[in-house]
Amino acid sequence: MDPKALIARRVAQEIEPNTLVNLGIGIPTLVSDYLDEDMGVFFQAENGAVGMGHRPPEGMGDRHLTDAGGRFVSFVPGASTIDSAFSFGLIRGGHLDLTVLGALQVDEAGHLANWTIPGQYTPGMGGAMDLVTGAKKVIIAMLHRAKGEAKILRECTLPLTSQRRVDLIVTELGVFKPEDDGLHLIERAPNVTLEVILAMTEARLIHDTNVPEMHLGC
Amino acid sequence: MHLAISLHDAVDLIPDGASVMLSGFMGVGVPDGIVHALAAAGKKDLTLISNDTARDTTGPGPLFAAHCVKKLICSHMGLNTIVQAQYASGELEVELVPQGTLVERIRAAGMGLGGILTPTGVGTLVAEGKQIIEVDGKDYLLELPLSADFALIAARSCDYVGNLSYMLTATNFNPIMALAGRTVICEPEEIVPVGVIPPDAVKTPGVLVDHVIQTTT
Repeated sequence: MDPKALIARRVAQEIEPNTLVNLGIGIPTLVSDYLDEDMGVFFQAENGAVGMGHRPPEGMGDRHLTDAGGRFVSFVPGASTIDSAFSFGLIRGGHLDLTVLGALQVDEAGHLANWTIPGQYTPGMGGAMDLVTGAKKVIIAMLHRAKGEAKILRECTLPLTSQRRVDLIVTELGVFKPEDDGLHLIERAPNVTLEVILAMTEARLIHDTNVPEMHLGC
Repeated sequence: MHLAISLHDAVDLIPDGASVMLSGFMGVGVPDGIVHALAAAGKKDLTLISNDTARDTTGPGPLFAAHCVKKLICSHMGLNTIVQAQYASGELEVELVPQGTLVERIRAAGMGLGGILTPTGVGTLVAEGKQIIEVDGKDYLLELPLSADFALIAARSCDYVGNLSYMLTATNFNPIMALAGRTVICEPEEIVPVGVIPPDAVKTPGVLVDHVIQTTT
């Protein structure tokens, strides 16, 4: 399976029915492809959409209706629109059940860095700092390494997005859960050995002798 | 001056060195006509407050291509290569503000508040130099109000007294910035008679709007 599709499919297993969910740009956006449309999940976007649906048919996009990446979307029945202050009220006020975000780095403490590489590239935090600070649950969905460099580190070297500990990290190699005693490896991807995961990860991982295979639903 | 003014007259109102709030999100809900006219007029040394810088040719993009902006206050500038180059060269001063904090600072200015307390940014670079205030055992940053000489906003519809309605996700920062600009200039898609926008659909009362760009001449 394509690594990004694998990550998205695993993250989709974490989404509860009848919840409000914000998906970041990139791999997180793919998560909605693996969800049953009858689950009653409303997708929120920072730009003020509650209830985003699929991409509209080719050529039918409305420039008044986009996601947080500026791409055309549609609405599901029951959708609503709000202004930016209200949108971030949902995010910061504890009304958002889950956010799924990408990362430049995450570490053993569950800290996330995803808004600047000082001196090199600074896209800015956009809504990420508010999302990580305010969402009830934060999942990081990312490729395990970038350009050969480890992204799951002992300690982030880039400026942090929040002091909040993220809840789960999903990569194409495994699923990781930061806890008080450190970073736990709780699942491994199909056909990926424990040894490979340990070799590809800079962070120290806490794990059982037998790590179960990734839960990907039916 | 009349509520309705030409694009040319609107641009003349805005001097070099002005602080300007520009609504929109990734180019959606942006008053594009004013942006292009300001760029064509060669305005200089603007302080621009905008959620993001969209891409090189969309949203506020033309203002950077024409070197109109001296200082930028925004939450995201990752997809505009001109902004990235001007930031790297030192031509452009940038203050990055988390998006939820940015909109609340603007709202605070518009609603007469002395600032807001937010948990966002505590323990990060954003907290540097800011006062931390503990409320019920939790730390918050004191973030100060943000106003501007001008708020440039985009609406779906505007009636003869300046009441505004917005459409879908083109709403974004518009109704908030309409409160926080000392002079508010709106570029609507259409101008309609009073009564066409029902009272409940008015999201910005006309009393807040100083000038409306004419849609016809």
